[in-house]
Amino acid sequence: MYDLIVIGGGPAGLAAACAAWEGGLRSILIVERDKELGGILNQCIHNGFGLHHFKEELTGPEYAGRFVKLLGETGVEVRLDTMVLEVTGDRQVHMVGKSTGYRVEQARSIVLAMGCRERTRGAIAIPGARPAGVFTAGAAQRYVNMEGWMPGKRVVILGSGDIGLIMARRMTLEGAKVLACVEVMPYSGGLNRNIVQCLHDYDIPLYLSHTVTDIRGKDRVEQVVVSQVDDNRNPIPGTEMVFDCDTLLLSVGLIPENELTRQAGIDIDRRTNGAVVYENMETSLPGVFACGNVCHVHDLVDFVTAESQKAGAAAADYVLNGPDGLDPGVVTSDERLLTVNNGGGVTYTVPQHIRPGRVEKLCGLFFRVNRVCRDSEIRVTSGGAQIARFKREHLAPGEMEHIDLPKALLDKAEGELTISIQEVSK
Amino acid sequence: MKELICIVCPQGCHLKVDEEHGCAVTGNSCPRGAEYGKMELTHPTRVVTSTVRCQGGLYPRCPVKTDRAIPKERMFDVMAALEEVALPAPAAVGQVVIENVCGTGADVVATRNMPSRR
Ligand SMILES: Cc1cc2nc3c(=O)[nH]c(=O)nc-3n(C[C@H](O)[C@H](O)[C@H](O)COP(=O)(O)OP(=O)(O)OC[C@H]3O[C@@H](n4cnc5c(N)ncnc54)[C@H](O)[C@@H]3O)c2cc1C
Ligand code: SF4
Repeated sequence: MYDLIVIGGGPAGLAAACAAWEGGLRSILIVERDKELGGILNQCIHNGFGLHHFKEELTGPEYAGRFVKLLGETGVEVRLDTMVLEVTGDRQVHMVGKSTGYRVEQARSIVLAMGCRERTRGAIAIPGARPAGVFTAGAAQRYVNMEGWMPGKRVVILGSGDIGLIMARRMTLEGAKVLACVEVMPYSGGLNRNIVQCLHDYDIPLYLSHTVTDIRGKDRVEQVVVSQVDDNRNPIPGTEMVFDCDTLLLSVGLIPENELTRQAGIDIDRRTNGAVVYENMETSLPGVFACGNVCHVHDLVDFVTAESQKAGAAAADYVLNGPDGLDPGVVTSDERLLTVNNGGGVTYTVPQHIRPGRVEKLCGLFFRVNRVCRDSEIRVTSGGAQIARFKREHLAPGEMEHIDLPKALLDKAEGELTISIQEVSK
Repeated sequence: MKELICIVCPQGCHLKVDEEHGCAVTGNSCPRGAEYGKMELTHPTRVVTSTVRCQGGLYPRCPVKTDRAIPKERMFDVMAALEEVALPAPAAVGQVVIENVCGTGADVVATRNMPSRR
Protein backbone atom coordinates (compact mmCIF):
# COMPACT_ATOMS: atom_id res chain seq x y z
CA MET A 1 0.00 0.00 0.00
CA TYR A 2 1.36 3.42 -1.03
CA ASP A 3 0.22 6.73 0.47
CA LEU A 4 0.42 8.20 -3.01
CA ILE A 5 0.94 6.92 -6.53
CA VAL A 6 1.79 9.57 -9.13
CA ILE A 7 1.12 8.54 -12.73
CA GLY A 8 3.53 10.32 -15.10
CA GLY A 9 7.02 11.64 -14.35
CA GLY A 10 6.87 14.94 -16.28
CA PRO A 11 7.06 18.33 -14.54
CA ALA A 12 3.54 17.84 -13.18
CA GLY A 13 4.27 14.47 -11.60
CA LEU A 14 7.66 15.60 -10.25
CA ALA A 15 6.24 18.73 -8.59
CA ALA A 16 3.29 16.83 -7.13
CA ALA A 17 5.52 14.12 -5.65
CA CYS A 18 7.93 16.66 -4.13
CA ALA A 19 5.05 18.65 -2.60
CA ALA A 20 3.44 15.52 -1.16
CA TRP A 21 6.78 14.54 0.38
CA GLU A 22 7.06 17.99 1.91
CA GLY A 23 3.48 17.62 3.10
CA GLY A 24 4.56 14.61 5.18
CA LEU A 25 3.83 11.54 3.02
CA ARG A 26 6.64 8.97 3.15
CA SER A 27 5.54 6.20 0.83
CA ILE A 28 5.23 7.73 -2.62
CA LEU A 29 5.66 6.04 -6.01
CA ILE A 30 6.08 7.72 -9.41
CA VAL A 31 5.28 5.53 -12.40
CA GLU A 32 6.74 6.66 -15.76
CA ARG A 33 6.52 4.81 -19.06
CA ASP A 34 9.59 6.49 -20.62
CA LYS A 35 13.19 5.54 -19.82
CA GLU A 36 13.77 8.72 -17.82
CA LEU A 37 11.92 11.39 -15.83
CA GLY A 38 11.16 14.86 -17.19
CA GLY A 39 8.34 14.24 -19.68
CA ILE A 40 8.01 16.48 -22.69
CA LEU A 41 10.61 18.91 -21.26
CA ASN A 42 13.45 16.62 -22.36
CA GLN A 43 12.76 17.48 -25.99
CA CYS A 44 12.02 21.19 -25.42
CA ILE A 45 15.66 22.27 -25.64
CA HIS A 46 14.80 25.94 -26.18
CA ASN A 47 14.84 28.38 -23.29
CA GLY A 48 12.08 30.35 -21.60
CA PHE A 49 11.20 27.95 -18.80
CA GLY A 50 11.33 28.76 -15.13
CA LEU A 51 11.17 32.55 -15.04
CA HIS A 52 8.31 32.46 -12.53
CA HIS A 53 9.41 29.49 -10.51
CA PHE A 54 13.21 29.73 -10.45
CA LYS A 55 13.47 33.42 -11.42
CA GLU A 56 15.92 32.52 -14.16
CA GLU A 57 15.63 31.51 -17.76
CA LEU A 58 16.17 27.79 -18.24
CA THR A 59 15.84 25.36 -21.12
CA GLY A 60 13.35 22.48 -20.81
CA PRO A 61 15.97 19.84 -19.87
CA GLU A 62 17.49 22.21 -17.28
CA TYR A 63 14.08 22.83 -15.73
CA ALA A 64 13.37 19.10 -15.56
CA GLY A 65 16.88 18.51 -14.18
CA ARG A 66 16.25 20.85 -11.26
CA PHE A 67 13.19 18.87 -10.24
CA VAL A 68 14.81 15.50 -10.74
CA LYS A 69 17.56 16.72 -8.40
CA LEU A 70 15.04 17.88 -5.79
CA LEU A 71 13.30 14.54 -6.06
CA GLY A 72 16.61 12.78 -5.47
CA GLU A 73 16.78 14.44 -2.07
CA THR A 74 13.50 12.77 -1.03
CA GLY A 75 12.72 9.12 -0.54
CA VAL A 76 10.21 9.00 -3.39
CA GLU A 77 10.34 5.70 -5.29
CA VAL A 78 10.45 5.82 -9.11
CA ARG A 79 9.56 3.06 -11.58
CA LEU A 80 10.73 3.83 -15.11
CA ASP A 81 9.84 1.90 -18.27
CA THR A 82 6.52 1.18 -16.58
CA MET A 83 3.14 1.93 -18.10
CA VAL A 84 -0.04 2.32 -16.08
CA LEU A 85 -2.85 0.40 -17.76
CA GLU A 86 -5.76 0.99 -15.44
CA VAL A 87 -6.86 2.92 -12.38
CA THR A 88 -9.88 1.57 -10.51
CA GLY A 89 -12.50 3.43 -8.49
CA ASP A 90 -11.04 2.01 -5.27
CA ARG A 91 -7.58 3.38 -6.18
CA GLN A 92 -5.86 0.28 -7.42
CA VAL A 93 -3.23 1.00 -10.04
CA HIS A 94 -2.50 -1.68 -12.65
CA MET A 95 0.87 -1.34 -14.34
CA VAL A 96 3.26 -3.27 -16.53
CA GLY A 97 7.02 -2.70 -16.39
CA LYS A 98 10.00 -3.87 -18.39
CA SER A 99 11.73 -5.44 -15.39
CA THR A 100 8.87 -5.76 -12.89
CA GLY A 101 6.19 -7.30 -15.10
CA TYR A 102 2.49 -6.88 -14.34
CA ARG A 103 1.78 -5.39 -10.92
CA VAL A 104 -1.26 -4.10 -9.07
CA GLU A 105 -0.57 -1.53 -6.35
CA GLN A 106 -3.05 -0.09 -3.89
CA ALA A 107 -2.85 3.65 -3.16
CA ARG A 108 -4.42 5.86 -0.51
CA SER A 109 -4.31 8.73 -2.99
CA ILE A 110 -3.45 9.16 -6.66
CA VAL A 111 -2.17 12.07 -8.75
CA LEU A 112 -2.93 11.83 -12.47
CA ALA A 113 -0.10 13.58 -14.38
CA MET A 114 -0.07 11.85 -17.76
CA GLY A 115 0.32 15.02 -19.86
CA CYS A 116 -1.11 15.22 -23.35
CA ARG A 117 -0.49 13.97 -26.84
CA GLU A 118 -0.58 15.68 -30.19
CA ARG A 119 -3.57 15.85 -32.43
CA THR A 120 -2.64 13.94 -35.60
CA ARG A 121 -3.45 14.49 -39.18
CA GLY A 122 -6.26 11.92 -39.08
CA ALA A 123 -7.93 13.85 -36.31
CA ILE A 124 -8.34 16.87 -38.57
CA ALA A 125 -8.63 15.13 -41.91
CA ILE A 126 -6.57 16.95 -44.54
CA PRO A 127 -7.54 15.96 -48.08
CA GLY A 128 -4.96 14.58 -50.51
CA ALA A 129 -2.49 11.76 -50.92
CA ARG A 130 -0.88 9.87 -48.04
CA PRO A 131 2.84 10.08 -48.81
CA ALA A 132 5.66 9.96 -46.25
CA GLY A 133 6.89 13.27 -44.90
CA VAL A 134 3.94 14.29 -42.75
CA PHE A 135 4.86 14.53 -39.06
CA THR A 136 3.42 16.07 -35.96
CA ALA A 137 5.67 18.92 -34.84
CA GLY A 138 6.31 17.32 -31.46
CA ALA A 139 7.42 14.03 -33.05
CA ALA A 140 9.76 16.01 -35.31
CA GLN A 141 11.04 17.84 -32.24
CA ARG A 142 11.95 14.56 -30.58
CA TYR A 143 13.67 13.26 -33.75
CA VAL A 144 15.77 16.40 -34.18
CA ASN A 145 16.57 17.21 -30.56
CA MET A 146 17.04 13.76 -29.03
CA GLU A 147 17.43 11.10 -31.71
CA GLY A 148 19.44 13.21 -34.17
CA TRP A 149 17.41 12.75 -37.37
CA MET A 150 16.29 15.54 -39.71
CA PRO A 151 12.75 14.91 -40.95
CA GLY A 152 13.22 16.93 -44.18
CA LYS A 153 14.77 19.86 -46.03
CA ARG A 154 11.90 22.02 -47.32
CA VAL A 155 9.17 22.41 -44.79
CA VAL A 156 5.65 23.79 -44.48
CA ILE A 157 4.15 24.02 -41.01
CA LEU A 158 0.40 23.81 -40.42
CA GLY A 159 -0.69 25.44 -37.19
CA SER A 160 0.94 28.34 -35.37
CA GLY A 161 0.84 26.89 -31.87
CA ASP A 162 4.05 27.14 -29.88
CA ILE A 163 5.38 23.75 -30.92
CA GLY A 164 4.98 24.65 -34.61
CA LEU A 165 6.71 28.00 -34.12
CA ILE A 166 9.56 26.51 -32.11
CA MET A 167 10.07 23.87 -34.78
CA ALA A 168 10.11 26.49 -37.55
CA ARG A 169 13.17 28.03 -35.88
CA ARG A 170 14.71 24.70 -35.01
CA MET A 171 14.48 23.32 -38.56
CA THR A 172 15.86 26.60 -39.96
CA LEU A 173 18.85 26.57 -37.59
CA GLU A 174 19.55 22.98 -38.61
CA GLY A 175 19.72 23.99 -42.26
CA ALA A 176 16.20 23.31 -43.55
CA LYS A 177 14.19 25.90 -45.46
CA VAL A 178 10.87 26.65 -43.79
CA LEU A 179 8.64 28.04 -46.53
CA ALA A 180 5.56 28.98 -44.55
CA CYS A 181 3.65 28.68 -41.34
CA VAL A 182 -0.07 28.36 -42.04
CA GLU A 183 -2.81 29.10 -39.49
CA VAL A 184 -6.53 28.59 -40.07
CA MET A 185 -7.57 31.10 -37.41
CA PRO A 186 -7.21 34.87 -37.89
CA TYR A 187 -4.72 34.94 -34.98
CA SER A 188 -1.80 32.77 -33.92
CA GLY A 189 -2.29 30.15 -31.23
CA GLY A 190 1.26 30.64 -29.97
CA LEU A 191 2.99 33.05 -27.64
CA ASN A 192 3.86 36.42 -29.16
CA ARG A 193 7.50 35.99 -28.25
CA ASN A 194 7.64 32.85 -30.34
CA ILE A 195 6.23 34.62 -33.39
CA VAL A 196 8.98 37.22 -33.03
CA GLN A 197 11.94 35.00 -32.28
CA CYS A 198 10.95 31.95 -34.36
CA LEU A 199 9.31 33.46 -37.47
CA HIS A 200 10.26 37.15 -37.77
CA ASP A 201 13.92 36.48 -36.94
CA TYR A 202 14.18 34.18 -39.97
CA ASP A 203 11.71 35.93 -42.31
CA ILE A 204 9.35 32.97 -42.29
CA PRO A 205 5.93 34.10 -43.53
CA LEU A 206 2.88 33.45 -41.34
CA TYR A 207 -0.34 33.01 -43.31
CA LEU A 208 -3.29 33.66 -40.99
CA SER A 209 -6.79 32.54 -42.08
CA HIS A 210 -5.18 29.95 -44.38
CA THR A 211 -5.11 26.17 -44.35
CA VAL A 212 -3.62 23.20 -46.19
CA THR A 213 -6.13 22.00 -48.79
CA ASP A 214 -4.10 19.36 -50.58
CA ILE A 215 -1.03 17.20 -50.04
CA ARG A 216 0.60 15.96 -53.25
CA GLY A 217 3.29 13.35 -53.81
CA LYS A 218 3.59 9.66 -54.49
CA ASP A 219 6.03 8.16 -51.99
CA ARG A 220 7.19 11.39 -50.34
CA VAL A 221 5.47 14.77 -50.00
CA GLU A 222 6.25 16.83 -53.13
CA GLN A 223 3.83 19.72 -52.89
CA VAL A 224 1.44 21.22 -50.39
CA VAL A 225 -1.45 23.43 -51.47
CA VAL A 226 -2.46 26.26 -49.16
CA SER A 227 -5.72 28.22 -49.51
CA GLN A 228 -7.23 31.19 -47.76
CA VAL A 229 -10.35 30.49 -45.69
CA ASP A 230 -13.49 32.56 -45.15
CA ASP A 231 -15.03 33.54 -41.81
CA ASN A 232 -16.50 30.04 -41.48
CA ARG A 233 -13.09 28.49 -42.11
CA ASN A 234 -14.10 27.19 -45.54
CA PRO A 235 -11.37 27.36 -48.22
CA ILE A 236 -11.93 30.12 -50.80
CA PRO A 237 -11.54 28.76 -54.38
CA GLY A 238 -9.00 30.64 -56.47
CA THR A 239 -6.72 31.51 -53.54
CA GLU A 240 -4.52 28.41 -53.83
CA MET A 241 -0.74 28.73 -53.35
CA VAL A 242 1.49 25.76 -54.16
CA PHE A 243 4.63 25.10 -52.11
CA ASP A 244 7.30 22.68 -53.34
CA CYS A 245 8.35 20.88 -50.19
CA ASP A 246 9.22 17.45 -48.82
CA THR A 247 7.84 17.82 -45.32
CA LEU A 248 4.64 18.97 -43.63
CA LEU A 249 4.71 19.47 -39.88
CA LEU A 250 1.41 19.53 -38.02
CA SER A 251 1.04 21.65 -34.94
CA VAL A 252 -2.71 21.48 -34.66
CA GLY A 253 -3.26 21.12 -30.97
CA LEU A 254 -2.78 18.89 -27.97
CA ILE A 255 -5.25 16.51 -26.38
CA PRO A 256 -5.00 15.63 -22.67
CA GLU A 257 -4.29 11.94 -22.31
CA ASN A 258 -7.31 10.84 -20.26
CA GLU A 259 -8.04 7.21 -21.14
CA LEU A 260 -7.15 6.14 -17.58
CA THR A 261 -9.27 8.94 -16.14
CA ARG A 262 -12.34 7.99 -18.17
CA GLN A 263 -11.94 4.30 -17.37
CA ALA A 264 -11.89 5.13 -13.67
CA GLY A 265 -15.29 6.80 -14.11
CA ILE A 266 -13.99 10.30 -13.31
CA ASP A 267 -16.05 13.22 -14.67
CA ILE A 268 -14.46 14.92 -17.69
CA ASP A 269 -15.05 18.51 -18.80
CA ARG A 270 -15.66 18.47 -22.56
CA ARG A 271 -14.14 21.96 -22.87
CA THR A 272 -10.77 21.17 -21.27
CA ASN A 273 -10.85 17.47 -22.25
CA GLY A 274 -9.50 16.94 -18.75
CA ALA A 275 -11.01 15.94 -15.43
CA VAL A 276 -13.44 18.31 -13.73
CA VAL A 277 -11.55 19.50 -10.65
CA TYR A 278 -12.12 21.29 -7.36
CA GLU A 279 -10.00 24.13 -5.98
CA ASN A 280 -7.27 21.71 -4.76
CA MET A 281 -7.20 19.77 -8.07
CA GLU A 282 -9.26 16.86 -6.63
CA THR A 283 -11.35 15.08 -9.25
CA SER A 284 -14.86 13.66 -8.86
CA LEU A 285 -13.24 10.52 -7.40
CA PRO A 286 -12.25 11.16 -3.76
CA GLY A 287 -8.51 11.07 -3.19
CA VAL A 288 -7.69 11.24 -6.89
CA PHE A 289 -6.14 14.48 -8.14
CA ALA A 290 -5.20 15.71 -11.63
CA CYS A 291 -2.65 18.35 -12.63
CA GLY A 292 -0.57 19.61 -15.54
CA ASN A 293 -1.41 19.02 -19.18
CA VAL A 294 -3.65 16.04 -18.41
CA CYS A 295 -6.02 18.45 -16.67
CA HIS A 296 -5.86 21.29 -19.20
CA VAL A 297 -3.26 22.23 -21.82
CA HIS A 298 -0.74 24.70 -20.40
CA ASP A 299 1.66 26.92 -22.31
CA LEU A 300 3.93 27.69 -19.37
CA VAL A 301 5.57 24.96 -17.37
CA ASP A 302 5.80 27.29 -14.36
CA PHE A 303 2.02 27.18 -14.06
CA VAL A 304 2.14 23.40 -14.38
CA THR A 305 4.51 23.33 -11.43
CA ALA A 306 2.36 25.63 -9.28
CA GLU A 307 -0.80 23.68 -10.01
CA SER A 308 0.90 20.34 -9.39
CA GLN A 309 2.37 21.44 -6.06
CA LYS A 310 -1.20 22.25 -5.05
CA ALA A 311 -2.32 18.77 -6.10
CA GLY A 312 0.55 17.08 -4.25
CA ALA A 313 -0.05 19.04 -1.06
CA ALA A 314 -3.77 18.25 -1.28
CA ALA A 315 -3.04 14.53 -1.68
CA ALA A 316 -0.89 14.66 1.47
CA ASP A 317 -3.61 16.50 3.32
CA TYR A 318 -6.17 13.95 2.14
CA VAL A 319 -4.13 10.99 3.39
CA LEU A 320 -3.01 12.56 6.67
CA ASN A 321 -6.07 14.58 7.67
CA GLY A 322 -9.06 13.13 5.85
CA PRO A 323 -11.61 11.43 8.14
CA ASP A 324 -10.03 8.02 8.87
CA GLY A 325 -7.44 8.97 6.28
CA LEU A 326 -9.79 7.59 3.64
CA ASP A 327 -12.86 8.63 1.68
CA PRO A 328 -13.99 11.89 3.20
CA GLY A 329 -16.13 12.27 0.10
CA VAL A 330 -15.59 14.93 -2.48
CA VAL A 331 -18.22 17.27 -1.04
CA THR A 332 -19.45 16.72 2.49
CA SER A 333 -23.19 17.17 2.99
CA ASP A 334 -23.03 20.48 4.86
CA GLU A 335 -20.32 22.00 2.64
CA ARG A 336 -20.82 25.08 0.47
CA LEU A 337 -20.06 24.53 -3.20
CA LEU A 338 -19.56 27.09 -5.93
CA THR A 339 -19.77 26.18 -9.61
CA VAL A 340 -17.65 28.31 -11.93
CA ASN A 341 -19.47 29.28 -15.15
CA ASN A 342 -17.90 30.46 -18.41
CA GLY A 343 -19.35 33.86 -19.24
CA GLY A 344 -18.87 35.89 -22.42
CA GLY A 345 -15.45 35.53 -24.02
CA VAL A 346 -14.30 32.65 -21.77
CA THR A 347 -13.81 29.13 -23.16
CA TYR A 348 -13.02 27.25 -19.97
CA THR A 349 -12.01 27.62 -16.34
CA VAL A 350 -9.96 25.42 -14.02
CA PRO A 351 -11.08 24.66 -11.35
CA GLN A 352 -14.68 24.13 -12.38
CA HIS A 353 -15.89 23.86 -8.75
CA ILE A 354 -14.76 25.61 -5.59
CA ARG A 355 -15.41 24.55 -1.98
CA PRO A 356 -14.87 27.93 -0.26
CA GLY A 357 -14.47 26.22 3.14
CA ARG A 358 -11.27 24.57 1.92
CA VAL A 359 -9.65 27.72 0.49
CA GLU A 360 -7.06 29.16 2.85
CA LYS A 361 -6.42 32.68 1.58
CA LEU A 362 -6.56 32.78 -2.19
CA CYS A 363 -8.07 30.51 -4.80
CA GLY A 364 -6.18 30.58 -8.11
CA LEU A 365 -8.29 30.30 -11.23
CA PHE A 366 -6.97 29.57 -14.73
CA PHE A 367 -8.96 30.28 -17.88
CA ARG A 368 -8.67 30.96 -21.59
CA VAL A 369 -10.41 33.56 -23.74
CA ASN A 370 -11.96 32.88 -27.16
CA ARG A 371 -10.57 35.89 -29.07
CA VAL A 372 -7.79 38.47 -28.96
CA CYS A 373 -8.84 41.40 -26.72
CA ARG A 374 -7.11 44.67 -25.91
CA ASP A 375 -7.76 46.74 -22.77
CA SER A 376 -10.22 44.43 -21.09
CA GLU A 377 -11.77 43.71 -17.76
CA ILE A 378 -12.10 40.24 -16.36
CA ARG A 379 -15.37 40.34 -14.44
CA VAL A 380 -16.40 37.95 -11.70
CA THR A 381 -20.11 37.92 -10.92
CA SER A 382 -22.30 35.89 -8.59
CA GLY A 383 -26.09 35.97 -8.51
CA GLY A 384 -26.04 38.80 -11.06
CA ALA A 385 -23.84 41.07 -8.93
CA GLN A 386 -20.22 41.87 -9.77
CA ILE A 387 -17.90 40.81 -6.96
CA ALA A 388 -14.49 41.41 -8.52
CA ARG A 389 -12.80 42.74 -11.65
CA PHE A 390 -9.27 42.57 -12.99
CA LYS A 391 -7.76 44.75 -15.73
CA ARG A 392 -5.68 43.37 -18.59
CA GLU A 393 -4.09 45.23 -21.49
CA HIS A 394 -3.87 42.19 -23.69
CA LEU A 395 -5.67 38.83 -23.76
CA ALA A 396 -5.27 36.09 -26.36
CA PRO A 397 -6.56 32.50 -26.77
CA GLY A 398 -2.96 31.27 -26.99
CA GLU A 399 -2.07 32.67 -23.58
CA MET A 400 -3.62 31.15 -20.48
CA GLU A 401 -4.88 33.72 -18.00
CA HIS A 402 -4.78 33.54 -14.26
CA ILE A 403 -6.57 35.39 -11.44
CA ASP A 404 -6.51 34.93 -7.67
CA LEU A 405 -9.82 35.14 -5.81
CA PRO A 406 -9.58 36.04 -2.10
CA LYS A 407 -11.39 33.75 0.32
CA ALA A 408 -13.49 36.66 1.65
CA LEU A 409 -14.97 37.09 -1.83
CA LEU A 410 -15.77 33.42 -2.19
CA ASP A 411 -17.52 33.47 1.17
CA LYS A 412 -19.83 36.18 -0.16
CA ALA A 413 -20.67 34.35 -3.40
CA GLU A 414 -23.84 32.27 -3.72
CA GLY A 415 -24.08 29.01 -5.67
CA GLU A 416 -22.14 30.04 -8.74
CA LEU A 417 -19.43 32.34 -10.05
CA THR A 418 -19.35 33.59 -13.61
CA ILE A 419 -16.13 34.74 -15.27
CA SER A 420 -16.53 36.98 -18.31
CA ILE A 421 -14.46 39.36 -20.43
CA GLN A 422 -15.51 42.86 -21.33
CA GLU A 423 -13.45 45.09 -23.60
CA VAL A 424 -13.36 48.62 -22.21
CA SER A 425 -12.30 51.84 -23.89
CA LYS A 426 -9.62 53.76 -22.04
CA MET B 1 8.08 55.30 -31.17
CA LYS B 2 8.70 51.66 -32.05
CA GLU B 3 6.40 48.87 -30.85
CA LEU B 4 8.08 45.59 -29.94
CA ILE B 5 7.14 42.38 -28.23
CA CYS B 6 9.48 41.52 -25.42
CA ILE B 7 10.88 38.02 -25.95
CA VAL B 8 12.78 37.72 -22.69
CA CYS B 9 10.07 35.65 -21.04
CA PRO B 10 6.85 33.98 -22.19
CA GLN B 11 4.70 36.83 -20.86
CA GLY B 12 5.49 38.69 -24.10
CA CYS B 13 4.87 42.25 -22.90
CA HIS B 14 4.02 44.81 -25.59
CA LEU B 15 6.82 47.38 -25.40
CA LYS B 16 6.99 50.89 -26.75
CA VAL B 17 10.52 52.16 -27.31
CA ASP B 18 11.10 55.88 -27.77
CA GLU B 19 14.09 56.16 -30.13
CA GLU B 20 14.18 59.92 -29.80
CA HIS B 21 14.54 59.88 -26.04
CA GLY B 22 17.43 57.49 -25.44
CA CYS B 23 15.33 54.40 -26.21
CA ALA B 24 13.15 54.86 -23.14
CA VAL B 25 10.94 51.79 -22.79
CA THR B 26 7.32 51.64 -21.58
CA GLY B 27 4.90 48.71 -21.36
CA ASN B 28 7.43 46.40 -19.72
CA SER B 29 6.44 44.48 -16.58
CA CYS B 30 10.01 44.12 -15.34
CA PRO B 31 13.47 45.68 -15.80
CA ARG B 32 14.59 42.92 -18.16
CA GLY B 33 12.04 44.19 -20.67
CA ALA B 34 13.50 47.71 -20.60
CA GLU B 35 16.95 46.31 -21.23
CA TYR B 36 15.67 44.14 -24.08
CA GLY B 37 13.82 47.02 -25.78
CA LYS B 38 16.93 49.14 -25.81
CA MET B 39 19.20 46.31 -27.02
CA GLU B 40 16.82 45.20 -29.75
CA LEU B 41 16.98 48.61 -31.40
CA THR B 42 20.71 49.13 -30.91
CA HIS B 43 22.35 45.68 -31.25
CA PRO B 44 19.96 42.70 -31.15
CA THR B 45 21.21 39.53 -29.47
CA ARG B 46 19.86 35.99 -28.98
CA VAL B 47 20.69 32.95 -26.88
CA VAL B 48 21.27 29.96 -29.20
CA THR B 49 19.83 26.64 -28.04
CA SER B 50 20.70 23.58 -30.10
CA THR B 51 22.25 20.12 -29.78
CA VAL B 52 25.63 18.49 -30.36
CA ARG B 53 26.52 14.95 -31.34
CA CYS B 54 27.02 12.82 -28.22
CA GLN B 55 29.23 9.71 -28.30
CA GLY B 56 28.01 6.78 -26.25
CA GLY B 57 25.19 8.78 -24.66
CA LEU B 58 21.71 7.63 -23.66
CA TYR B 59 20.60 9.70 -26.67
CA PRO B 60 22.60 10.49 -29.85
CA ARG B 61 22.24 14.28 -29.26
CA CYS B 62 22.97 16.35 -26.17
CA PRO B 63 21.17 19.71 -25.81
CA VAL B 64 23.35 22.83 -25.37
CA LYS B 65 22.99 26.60 -25.18
CA THR B 66 25.17 29.67 -25.29
CA ASP B 67 25.55 30.79 -21.68
CA ARG B 68 24.72 34.35 -22.71
CA ALA B 69 23.11 36.11 -25.65
CA ILE B 70 25.27 36.50 -28.74
CA PRO B 71 24.85 38.98 -31.62
CA LYS B 72 21.89 37.90 -33.70
CA GLU B 73 23.86 37.89 -36.96
CA ARG B 74 26.34 35.35 -35.54
CA MET B 75 23.75 32.61 -34.90
CA PHE B 76 24.57 30.58 -38.00
CA ASP B 77 28.31 30.79 -37.29
CA VAL B 78 27.64 29.26 -33.89
CA MET B 79 25.50 26.55 -35.49
CA ALA B 80 28.38 25.69 -37.84
CA ALA B 81 30.77 25.44 -34.86
CA LEU B 82 28.36 23.08 -33.06
CA GLU B 83 28.37 20.82 -36.11
CA GLU B 84 32.08 20.08 -35.43
CA VAL B 85 31.59 18.86 -31.86
CA ALA B 86 31.46 15.25 -30.71
CA LEU B 87 30.82 15.27 -26.96
CA PRO B 88 31.77 12.08 -25.11
CA ALA B 89 29.23 10.74 -22.61
CA PRO B 90 28.76 11.03 -19.71
CA ALA B 91 28.27 14.81 -19.75
CA ALA B 92 27.03 17.03 -16.94
CA VAL B 93 24.65 19.95 -17.03
CA GLY B 94 26.64 23.21 -17.19
CA GLN B 95 29.73 21.50 -18.63
CA VAL B 96 31.51 23.75 -21.15
CA VAL B 97 31.32 22.27 -24.65
CA ILE B 98 32.95 25.14 -26.59
CA GLU B 99 34.74 28.00 -24.88
CA ASN B 100 34.25 31.52 -26.25
CA VAL B 101 32.36 30.22 -29.27
CA CYS B 102 33.28 32.08 -32.50
CA GLY B 103 34.89 34.78 -30.41
CA THR B 104 31.52 35.99 -29.11
CA GLY B 105 32.59 35.76 -25.46
CA ALA B 106 29.88 33.20 -24.80
CA ASP B 107 30.57 29.61 -23.81
CA VAL B 108 28.45 26.78 -25.17
CA VAL B 109 27.33 24.62 -22.23
CA ALA B 110 25.44 21.34 -21.92
CA THR B 111 21.87 21.73 -20.66
CA ARG B 112 21.36 18.25 -19.26
CA ASN B 113 23.17 15.40 -17.61
CA MET B 114 23.77 12.84 -20.32
CA PRO B 115 24.46 9.40 -18.89
CA SER B 116 26.28 6.77 -20.93
CA ARG B 117 24.21 4.28 -22.82
CA ARG B 118 23.54 1.26 -20.63
C1 LIG C 1 6.70 21.27 -27.79
C2 LIG C 1 6.39 22.00 -26.52
C3 LIG C 1 7.02 23.22 -26.28
C4 LIG C 1 6.79 23.90 -25.07
N1 LIG C 1 7.44 25.08 -24.84
C5 LIG C 1 7.33 25.70 -23.62
C6 LIG C 1 8.10 26.90 -23.30
O1 LIG C 1 8.83 27.44 -24.14
N2 LIG C 1 7.99 27.43 -22.05
C7 LIG C 1 7.19 26.86 -21.11
O2 LIG C 1 7.15 27.35 -19.97
N3 LIG C 1 6.43 25.75 -21.41
C8 LIG C 1 6.47 25.15 -22.62
N4 LIG C 1 5.73 24.02 -22.91
C9 LIG C 1 4.73 23.56 -21.93
C10 LIG C 1 5.27 22.61 -20.87
O3 LIG C 1 6.43 21.98 -21.26
C11 LIG C 1 4.22 21.57 -20.59
O4 LIG C 1 3.06 22.27 -20.27
C12 LIG C 1 4.63 20.63 -19.47
O5 LIG C 1 5.74 19.86 -19.85
C13 LIG C 1 3.49 19.70 -19.11
O6 LIG C 1 3.90 18.86 -18.05
P1 LIG C 1 3.15 17.49 -17.69
O7 LIG C 1 3.95 16.87 -16.62
O8 LIG C 1 1.72 17.80 -17.45
O9 LIG C 1 3.19 16.62 -19.01
P2 LIG C 1 4.38 15.84 -19.73
O10 LIG C 1 5.64 16.62 -19.70
O11 LIG C 1 3.84 15.43 -21.05
O12 LIG C 1 4.61 14.54 -18.82
C14 LIG C 1 3.68 13.48 -18.76
C15 LIG C 1 4.45 12.20 -18.48
O13 LIG C 1 3.52 11.16 -18.18
C16 LIG C 1 3.98 9.97 -18.78
N5 LIG C 1 2.81 9.08 -18.96
C17 LIG C 1 1.68 9.33 -19.67
N6 LIG C 1 0.82 8.30 -19.60
C18 LIG C 1 1.41 7.37 -18.80
C19 LIG C 1 1.02 6.08 -18.34
N7 LIG C 1 -0.16 5.54 -18.69
N8 LIG C 1 1.86 5.40 -17.54
C20 LIG C 1 3.06 5.94 -17.18
N9 LIG C 1 3.49 7.16 -17.58
C21 LIG C 1 2.67 7.86 -18.38
C22 LIG C 1 4.60 10.42 -20.07
O14 LIG C 1 5.53 9.49 -20.56
C23 LIG C 1 5.27 11.74 -19.65
O15 LIG C 1 6.61 11.56 -19.23
C24 LIG C 1 5.91 23.34 -24.12
C25 LIG C 1 5.26 22.13 -24.40
C26 LIG C 1 5.48 21.45 -25.58
C27 LIG C 1 4.75 20.16 -25.84
S1 SF4 D 1 9.04 42.91 -19.77
FE1 SF4 D 1 9.64 41.41 -18.20
S2 SF4 D 1 7.72 40.32 -17.79
FE2 SF4 D 1 7.41 41.39 -19.72
S3 SF4 D 1 7.97 39.88 -21.30
FE3 SF4 D 1 9.80 41.11 -20.87
S4 SF4 D 1 10.90 39.92 -19.32
FE4 SF4 D 1 8.80 39.14 -19.35
